[in-house]
Amino acid sequence: MSVELAIPRGYTRVFSRPAALSEAGFTYCPGCHHGIITRLVAEAIDELGILERTVGIAPVGCAVFLDRFFNCDFVQAAHGRACAVATGIKRARPDLVVFTYQGDGDLAAIGTAETVHAANRGENITVIFVNNGIYGMTGGEMAPTTLPGQRTVTTPRGREPRSHGYPLKISEMLAQLDGPAYITRQAVFDYPHIVKAKRAILKAFRNQLEGKGFSLVEILSTCPTNWRMSPVEAGRWVAEEVSRFYPLGDLKDTG
Amino acid sequence: MKRVLMRGNEAIAEAAIRSGLKCYFCYPITPQGELVEYMARELPKRGGVFLQAESEVAAINMVYGAAAAGVRTMTSSSSPGISLKQEGISYIAMARLPCVIVNMMRGGPGLGNIAPAQGDYFQATKGGGHGDYRLIVLAPSSVPEAAELVGLAFDLSDRYRVPAMILADGMIGQMMEPVALPEPVDPAEIPPRPWAVTGAKGRPKNVISSFDLEPEGLRRMNLVLQETYREIERNEVRWEEVETEDAELLLVAYGTMGRIAKTVVRLAREEGLPVGLLRPITLWPFPYGPIRALAERVKAVLTVELSAGQMWEDVRLAVEGRTETPFYGELGGVVPSPGRILEEVRRYVR
Amino acid sequence: MPKGLVIVDKERCKGCGLCVEACPFGVLDLSSEYNSSGYRVVYMARPDKCTGCAVCANVCPDVALEVYREESSVKGAA
Repeated sequence: MSVELAIPRGYTRVFSRPAALSEAGFTYCPGCHHGIITRLVAEAIDELGILERTVGIAPVGCAVFLDRFFNCDFVQAAHGRACAVATGIKRARPDLVVFTYQGDGDLAAIGTAETVHAANRGENITVIFVNNGIYGMTGGEMAPTTLPGQRTVTTPRGREPRSHGYPLKISEMLAQLDGPAYITRQAVFDYPHIVKAKRAILKAFRNQLEGKGFSLVEILSTCPTNWRMSPVEAGRWVAEEVSRFYPLGDLKDTG
Repeated sequence: MKRVLMRGNEAIAEAAIRSGLKCYFCYPITPQGELVEYMARELPKRGGVFLQAESEVAAINMVYGAAAAGVRTMTSSSSPGISLKQEGISYIAMARLPCVIVNMMRGGPGLGNIAPAQGDYFQATKGGGHGDYRLIVLAPSSVPEAAELVGLAFDLSDRYRVPAMILADGMIGQMMEPVALPEPVDPAEIPPRPWAVTGAKGRPKNVISSFDLEPEGLRRMNLVLQETYREIERNEVRWEEVETEDAELLLVAYGTMGRIAKTVVRLAREEGLPVGLLRPITLWPFPYGPIRALAERVKAVLTVELSAGQMWEDVRLAVEGRTETPFYGELGGVVPSPGRILEEVRRYVR
Repeated sequence: MPKGLVIVDKERCKGCGLCVEACPFGVLDLSSEYNSSGYRVVYMARPDKCTGCAVCANVCPDVALEVYREESSVKGAA
């Protein structure tokens, strides 16, 4: 457990733990970008003052304990079904702010249908899509988003598109639909990108508050453990390789 | 009370709306199309939410969400669609969320056909999805009873936080009968849901979850379910008996088959045959006790089903060898006439 | 008095080193101290270089860092 730290004399606190986060420690592996993304969501909830009306949907995968990390209400969804569960909550109580937090296996493989159709209905929810190109929790299997040539435990000689399929650019797909209000791809491998990702998350929540409809923030993340890289190397790989394949920036913004 | 002529599917829909249904999620499938159409037409007019989902999987997960948010919610489908919903139903059961699921059974397995069948008895009463759970399963044998049981399904589901299923078939869904519809429920009478996710304002956060990685924790969650199920078994067994007082042959049949069996009892009695009927209304909790009591004094208990003998297993569990337990079933959507069953009856009593 | 101060919640730190890499002034490093989870925790190796810019805390995946800035420099920045 952490302790409340006294402010040193003559100093002002300029960075501290968001109030939307509970005291529970994150269960992510060391250096995994999930933790940064989780914190950015909490900061957005704080800044918009919506903690008491927010409901999060925890996925299956590395963020399965998400409900423990936040101080807001939470629902645990089945693998891939978060957007359908979020739809049910939001339709039942439109006054609530509903967000899902999903990995690439969850959102872009088993939950593709739920994601595409929630987006297509313009469901007024916020989706945080954490894309690290691998199934982390289950031990590093190929994800729909795994890059060509990338080695995983189920593509031991590297992903071969002719046999394993091509990486699914689901944000580009969603951006073609009429339903969504905002589709963007961000990353958090360095400070400037963290600032941008935060801005995108804030916008995705603000869109919901303004009734603009479906907003999805894809965030390129790391999996140092299953990528067999140090956290620093993993971040560099996102900056140099992954973000070349999955270009950063807004894919759709209806304003 | 004023009675109106309604189709079973429509009566179920109307009764659900009068029970305070707020959110209905569906995916089209025969033979429950009229239920979906009625909801699409009526529910939004009366302050509810109708949403046609992209799949049965999505529909049941929308039910999960709406139930978590604390409103009365429902989905309906038919056999293949109910199979798709099993994942979600398992989650709903463990998360202890109230909701109502309607299954207008059709012939199976696989795509089967759209004719009346009772092949989903195991799926409905033994859990259906993964894990140790039960649904409260109510089996109407007429349109008025279907309407009545919908209200009961919502009430029981709320009271015990266990999902409830209306298990019927296309015969009940599509026949028309006069129905005395229930008065609309006063929203104030719907039990409060302090556990729902409504925003953590002035209270600690609520979490709806079906999971605990620690075996001890998951065991405790399971024990809560099991204690609830024992309580339901003690309090909520419902059945109907017809001419059982002096019966030497007891028929056991439910739903559409229960309705036909009633005619069989009448025809048998006209012939002077001492035949009675026990018609389970709750398939879970199953009326083991009442069947056992009657098994003490009849010469045989004949189970009649539109399946290969799914409920028959429960009847035999109830009888526990006290008497003969023959079976007659039809498959594939074939519905036997009362005369055909009467032939069967004559084999055991004279 | 250094302009900035980083306070490490040692039990939250997983020693991933992202903050060490990100700090523009080389203030942080992994210490030889281990926390109860067995991670080497980060510390201010060169505290005099700290400006309180909070880049370290922003890249920390475990929200293990709190950052303070010397009051006169905060006002100066405003």
